[in-house]
Formats: sequence, C-alpha cells, structure tokens
Amino acid sequence: MDDTRTAQRATGTGNAKPGPVTTPAMSTGSTDKVMIDVEGLDFHYGPSKALHGVTLKIPERKVTAFIGPSGCGKSTLLRCFNRMNDLIDHAEVTAGLIRIQETDINDPAVDVIELRRRVGMVFQKSNPFPKSIYENIAYGLRISGIRDKRVIDETVERSLQGAALWDEVKDRLHTSALGLSGGQQQRLCIARAVAVQPEVILMDEPCSALDPIATAKVEDLICTLTDRFTIVIVTHNMQQAARVSDMTAFFYLGRLIEFDRTDKLFSNPSQKQTEDYISGRFG
Amino acid sequence: MDSAAGSSLAAAPTLKVYKPRDKTRLGMDRFWTSLCVGVSFLTLIPLFSIVYLVLRNGLELLRPNVFTDLPPAPGVEGGGFGNAIEGTIVMVIIALVLAAPLGTCSAIYICEYDRRSRLAGMVRFIAKLLTGIPSIICGVFAYAVVVITTGGFSALAGGVALAVLVLPTVLLTAEQALLGVPNALREAAYGLGSTRFQTIFRIVLPEALPAIMTGIMLAVARAAGETAPILFTALFSEYWLQSIMQPAASLSVLIYNFSGLPYPHQIKLAWTASLVLVALVTLANVTAQVVFSKRVPGRKRFKMGWFLNIRRPGN
Repeated sequence: MDDTRTAQRATGTGNAKPGPVTTPAMSTGSTDKVMIDVEGLDFHYGPSKALHGVTLKIPERKVTAFIGPSGCGKSTLLRCFNRMNDLIDHAEVTAGLIRIQETDINDPAVDVIELRRRVGMVFQKSNPFPKSIYENIAYGLRISGIRDKRVIDETVERSLQGAALWDEVKDRLHTSALGLSGGQQQRLCIARAVAVQPEVILMDEPCSALDPIATAKVEDLICTLTDRFTIVIVTHNMQQAARVSDMTAFFYLGRLIEFDRTDKLFSNPSQKQTEDYISGRFG
Repeated sequence: MDSAAGSSLAAAPTLKVYKPRDKTRLGMDRFWTSLCVGVSFLTLIPLFSIVYLVLRNGLELLRPNVFTDLPPAPGVEGGGFGNAIEGTIVMVIIALVLAAPLGTCSAIYICEYDRRSRLAGMVRFIAKLLTGIPSIICGVFAYAVVVITTGGFSALAGGVALAVLVLPTVLLTAEQALLGVPNALREAAYGLGSTRFQTIFRIVLPEALPAIMTGIMLAVARAAGETAPILFTALFSEYWLQSIMQPAASLSVLIYNFSGLPYPHQIKLAWTASLVLVALVTLANVTAQVVFSKRVPGRKRFKMGWFLNIRRPGN
C-alpha cells in the first residue's frame, strides 16, 4: 500500500526483527501453545512480492482459517509451512522467520522431507494416486520404510475410520481410488495425510470442488481431527471459516490485516477492511 | 432469479433454435466435417494397401521351413531366412538394451530433476536435432566407432547403429510421457514427505510407463525395419549367428538383397520376409501394449484402445 514501507521491509535480512508493516489486531490473552510462529515474513515469486511482513502465531490443536480474496497470498503462506514453494522456480522467502515447534524451518539444516512428513497437506483438487484405496494410505508408510503388513493394515483401517470413510470403502479397499466420488476422494486424501501421523495438516481450499453434502462431511471430519492435529485451512467460503475454525486470519493484497478468534473476527472485526470483506462489500 | 428468467421467457415467445435460414454457416460446418472424415479415410489407403500387397505376395512361401532354413543359393528353390529373423531380433535387442535405459534416464533427468538447467535444454535440443538425422549417418557413425575399432562388421555394430537411431525418439517420447503425468500427483507425493527418488520411481514413472513403452515400441518398429544403418555395420551373412561380434543377417537387408536378384524364387522369398517383418513388428507392439497397459486396480486391463493406440488424456 505504502511504497516507503515496502522499501523498508525489502532491506530486512533473514532473521530481522519482525517490525510489522500493518499491525494486525492480535487475539489477546491466548494461553494456547503456539504451533507455527511466523515473524515478518516476506515472500517473492521472482520480482513480484506475494507476502508483506506477515506475522502471526498459529495455536496448537486448533483450526485456523485463512480467508481473503483471490491472490491475497493465503495459499502462498500455507505452502510456506511445508516448503512446497521450494518446488516452484524463483519462489522464495526473502525475509522473516517461520518456526514450527521452535524450529526455523528454512534453516539449511532442516530436512525438508521430514518437515513435509510432519506437516501434511491436503490440496484443492483431490489428488489420490492412481493406485488402490489401500495403497494410497499405505504409501506414506511405505516411503518411510515400514514394511510390516500388520502395522500397515492397522494404520489403513485406523486412518480410514479417522476420515469417516471406512464404512464406505472397507469392502473395496483394493479397488482403484479413482473410482471414488469427489468427496470420498478428498476424504481419502485427508486419511492419507493423517496416516503418517503429522503434527500439522494444511488444507488448501479442500472443499472448493465438492457439493454441499460432501463439504459438510469434510467439515465434520476437520472438527474431529482437532483433538490430535493442528489444522490450517485456506477457504474462500466465509461460512465455512466461521463453522470450522477457532482462529481466523484475514489477508488482503499480501498483508495480514487481522488475526483473531473466529467469533470475534466475524462479529466484531477491529479493522474496517475486514468488516467490508466479511460483509461482502468487496472481494 | 427464477422470476426474472420466467418473465424474460414470457417476453420472448419463441426460442430460436430452428436451423438457420442462412445456410452457409451450416454448410461450412458440414463441409469441414466431411473433409476431415474423408481425409482420415485417405490416410488408411496406403496402410491397407501395404498390408494387402505383403499378404498377397508373401503368403505363398510362408511355410514353417522359412523360419528355420538358411537362405538358398541363387537359382536354388526352397530355403528360408531363419538367420535373418534371428539377426534382426538380436540387433533390435542390442539397440533396446542400449537406447531404452539411456533415453529413459535422460528423460527423467531433463523432466524431473533439472527441467530448466542449461544441460537439460541442451539435451532436449540435441535430441530434437537427432530425430531428423538420416539413418545412413547412424550407420556411418557406428562404422567409425565400432566396425573400425573392433576390426570387422558385426551384429554389435548394427545394434549400436540402431541404438543411435532410436535414442532421440525414445528420449523425447519418454519426456512427453513424464510431462503428461499431472503435477498434482507429484505434489501429493512430496506433500507426504517423499524424496525425489521415491516420487519419481513410485508415483511418476509407473504412471508414465505405458506411454514410455509406447515410445520404445515405436523405436523397435523403426529399428527392425531399417536397412541403411545395418547395411555397412552388420553387413549380411548366409549363416546362423555365432557371436555378436560377427556379421549378421537381417530381414531388411535380406529383402533389399533378394528383391534385386533376377530369380523369381528369391523375389518371392523377399515378399515373405516382408510379411514376417511386418508381423513381427505388429506382434511386438501388441504384446507390449497389452503387458504394459495401465494396471489400475479395478479397471479392465485389456482394451481395444491399444490397437488404435488411443490414450485417453488425464487418468
């Protein structure tokens, strides 16, 4: 928004002090343990800056929703958490820090493979492997070297039950996952992410391709997962954010505008832009 | 919404869906459609005439003994081309053993590891250049590299010439096959904590394998039918192959030699050899397509698609 501020941020080094650009309204008095701690994060796709000094603390075992109009950087931030942006050329964090459980994940010493196992991801479009339902879940275990069939069998069953999919697929575990409906495929992807026992599950608009019934099932599932996992969900659907999340962050043009308890943010936003957005006046 | 749609419908009593009075638009549509269909049938004519000619002329001498006997001396009846079949198969296998791993691994490198590096760009560019290289040049190359250094014509030299010939085809089709694998699958694999190796070998490669195999089988078909690169690398032989370091007979060179002879029997034998060559290539193609057709559980494996080489995009 303000050019001088942008220039100021651009000079920041890797672990500079945060010095927020816009001071987002933070939830006060939260005693939750912090899972993901983002400080003054700048992110560039080549020459264009996608995130401007984002600072927020995502609490453990809660659902945190990222909302905001398209192109506001919410997916970019989400993909920073498991460094999926590494796969994109010329995309990089240019300033600031992300700590997950006190570990700086952009430290060169961090094993990105292990990071991605600990921080799972569910994508916008369900992307099951062209394998059987069973093998889709077993994949995550097999790549980490688990060969014991009994362990794999148990995990497959537990994960599918956890994703509320077991009863629907238990008789056809060895048929292709591509034969499932869209909603079932997405829940299979969630089960696949759950199977490797991550600490965090990132969801990038997981329901945008689903009908309302399938969406409701996935939302129910998200609520049951919070007792074991920290969930960060990007959504375009504000009702969804209001329904499933404990905390909500509103982004606009690459900046975090407001981050607060969901009930507070939706009922009594402290920023004018947030209020305009959630009441549908823009975006 | 509903009421608005209703009122606008009421205002426009007839929906204009009848064929347009302006016939030219419809006419052009029909014209181009029939043109495309017609031209498609035209392309079938050469194909079917080849099959027809080869069958009509080649069936006469197709007896079991042509597969087992050695070529007859000029003017002598009987005989066959067992050694040529053997030589062709051996040389194609040598070519495949060299070209398939090299081509596939290079494709994996330029597609999965370093898509935008200078080396990848160079490999891709050179491969594209090499696809246009005249086959006789491959023969010259193998002559210089293998025949001269090992001191004689050999099946190995023939195999190397064919390998050089088909390598760019294998590489480029394998690259296309890998590019055809949706990125969502790679993201899913990486997102679960796969290494690059695991992503490639457990997810990407199995998904691309049928298309890679199609490319390799096209290479086989091309290699088996080539005459020029073999002519002065493997030469020809009247006898069975004793070792790959010796000159070898091949179907294509046999056809070339016998069709130029003034003896009707040899010419008939050349037709039969053509028939066998076409049959071998088709057989290899069909087998590979059936064996390597996608093994997605719960889906029927055997499909008519392989015959026409139809590959549905996406899944």
